[in-house]
Amino acid sequence: MKNKLTLIILFIFLSFCFIIFYKGLSNSNTYIPKINNEKNIPVFKAKDFNTNTYIDSEKIFEKNSYYIVNIWASWCVPCRKEHSLLMELSKNQSVILIGLNYRDNLSNAKKFIYELGNPYTQILIDKEGILAIEFGAYGVPETIFIDKNKKIIKKFVGPINKEILDEINIIVK
Amino acid sequence: MLANQIGYYSLILGLLSSFLLCAISIKDFNKNNKGVNQKIFTLSFLQLTFVVVSFLSLILSFINSDFSNETVFNNSHTTKPLFYKISGTWGNHEGSLLLWLLVLTLFIFLFLIKSREQPKKYRILTLLFQQIIIIGFFLFVLMTSNPFNFLFPTPNEGLGLNPILQDPVLAIHPPILYLGYVGSSIIFSASLAAVTQNYISKEWGQHIKKWVLASWIFLTIGIMLGSIWAYYELGWGGFWFWDPVENVSLMPWLTLTALLHCTLVLERRNDLTSWVVILSITTFTLSMCGTFLVRSGILNSVHTFASDPTRGIFILIFLFILIFLSLGIFFLFHKENNKDSNSFFWLSKETSILINNWFMMYFLAVVLIGTVYPIFIDVISVEKISVGPPFYHKLITPFLAPFLLFMAFGSKLKWIKSKIEEKKLLIMFFIISVTLTFIILENITTDLLFYTVLISAAFFLFFTTLKELFLKKFNNISQTIAHFGFSLFILAVLFNSILSSEIITNIKVGEKYNYNKSEIFFKKIEEKQESNFNSIVGYFKITDENSKVTWLKPELRFYNQPITITSEADIKTTLLDDKFLVMNLVKGNEYFNIRYQIKPFMIWIWISILLISIGGLLSLFKKKYEK
Repeated sequence: MKNKLTLIILFIFLSFCFIIFYKGLSNSNTYIPKINNEKNIPVFKAKDFNTNTYIDSEKIFEKNSYYIVNIWASWCVPCRKEHSLLMELSKNQSVILIGLNYRDNLSNAKKFIYELGNPYTQILIDKEGILAIEFGAYGVPETIFIDKNKKIIKKFVGPINKEILDEINIIVK
Repeated sequence: MLANQIGYYSLILGLLSSFLLCAISIKDFNKNNKGVNQKIFTLSFLQLTFVVVSFLSLILSFINSDFSNETVFNNSHTTKPLFYKISGTWGNHEGSLLLWLLVLTLFIFLFLIKSREQPKKYRILTLLFQQIIIIGFFLFVLMTSNPFNFLFPTPNEGLGLNPILQDPVLAIHPPILYLGYVGSSIIFSASLAAVTQNYISKEWGQHIKKWVLASWIFLTIGIMLGSIWAYYELGWGGFWFWDPVENVSLMPWLTLTALLHCTLVLERRNDLTSWVVILSITTFTLSMCGTFLVRSGILNSVHTFASDPTRGIFILIFLFILIFLSLGIFFLFHKENNKDSNSFFWLSKETSILINNWFMMYFLAVVLIGTVYPIFIDVISVEKISVGPPFYHKLITPFLAPFLLFMAFGSKLKWIKSKIEEKKLLIMFFIISVTLTFIILENITTDLLFYTVLISAAFFLFFTTLKELFLKKFNNISQTIAHFGFSLFILAVLFNSILSSEIITNIKVGEKYNYNKSEIFFKKIEEKQESNFNSIVGYFKITDENSKVTWLKPELRFYNQPITITSEADIKTTLLDDKFLVMNLVKGNEYFNIRYQIKPFMIWIWISILLISIGGLLSLFKKKYEK
């Protein structure tokens, strides 16, 4: 009797797991969290990718323009995929792309940028992954959209796709 | 071209031999002849040969850079060195699944040869269960990830292998890890067969222990290789990051370790039978689950090759068929031994192994929840969370100290009933450990109490096992070495995390940089010319507080075709620490940016894991088992 009960409970639990995994599969890899109250961008100091000097966040976001912070790493496979879209986006003059190199090996990161092109106006190094946390990021890749009032208005978790690209292009127009 | 065809058709032949094998086995099952039908051996060997041929032809396509093969086109390039062309074979989704099949068929063939003394029906059932898994994987490969897809017109050049995967350690990491990971399939099949035949006994324990040990050794070394690669190549400055991919290899390791200890009880006392069966099932299920999580693209990580939902659904359904099948068999056939099961005398080896199991289950639960919980949250609510290292550290470290102390005591206990011997010596060791830790830590850490407890527990295990190594005349040496290795591992990890230091500064040629009585002197740069790149080598003289001099020569490479700058770090490994220096150009002036890191006892982490595996190896090759 006791055995039967365990079996039934296990069966129900496992079926539940199955459904979760199944739904998880069909979920798109990209996730757009709802942002209820627009958050300010964090204040921080970060190291620049090319010059290795520290820069204040106010200096990075000083222009009156839309900004996009893209979190990437050379070891991240989906980043490779979305890179061509970022290159396309970088042609749009009304938005400034900032790269955040997340927990990466610098020489690998440089190889990556050389191979696939540099869409970013500026790249910041986040070796320990702390800056990404400040931005409230979930992982790599992630794209954070900042408006002219320096508020985070949208976040895209996972690789961006064509629809997201169009959405961004419409907003900044 | 030809290799492509041969590879594809021998895969199909392999699948056909699976069906034939099943048919013959079922016919042979009820016959009264003694041994297993000779045909079964032949067919199993044939099946292995088909998979080997298929695997070799894929390797051949990679060596010849045959870009009419889609897998080769996606993952290779003509200019790649031969070594990486070969390792590229399993450095992608399709090829690595072929490796799965290879290990699956290899293990069942070896099992048939090695199990001649076992009952016939048990052997045939093991074969049948293993064939179910093999058929599943054959179908998976042929239907969703065929490594021999044909491309026409043939492209001139391939897309190349991801540069971070071009590393000698990483080339051998997958095969070794798979031997452990997939090797657990045979434990799964054998334990299901034994349950149906009601054959979970002392004899079975002795027989299955060898397979458990073999998988465990390969899994241990495989995980270590992956971790070495992450340390040198990913440059995250550590060796374990609690990345989902690392976690899915750790989970079967935890259950396999618990299983290993349970078989020790089973082979002597015919007890803990339910534990053994459940752990055997869980180990392989977790391996499969890991494959699902990593390959389906449900998680993003270094190992996600390409996310294709059909693949995910296939593995998912297959995984749950196996889970339900094994659970059904367990509940239908398993009979708990009525004989005083689990009622051990409280102070005995059996109890200590049971406690070890519970510790392992706790660690497993932490890792499993940390890995899977984000997926659950993602599906159930609109939130998304990510679980990072602090979660694991907070939940695991407090339990580490009692676990270590317990390992020191538990392994000294005797079977059935025991009392603690050498009380004075143990107390002395304990006092020495605490004092030693306190003296070492007093000035270097702020979190004194926390680390003192942890490190003294590790030291205590260290001393007790060390004493055993020297005094006990090699009685139970495999266990002592493995446990000694584990204490060394924990010590190395803890000291590494406390004592690591890093210096980042800008410096130009001829300059000195001083810090804490140490000095970094940038002596000169030298230019070199190689065939495909020019390079600048920096000569750095590092004098530490004891005026010991180390030379480090990091390099900046300027590749001409295509123009790329890469910086090659120089790492000097000694028994005491790893010194790591990397330099980069600073735009627009003669300064170089350098990052200098000292990582103490890095090499001991690898040495200690090797020691743990050697402990396993010794146990595997031991003729008689000890008292």
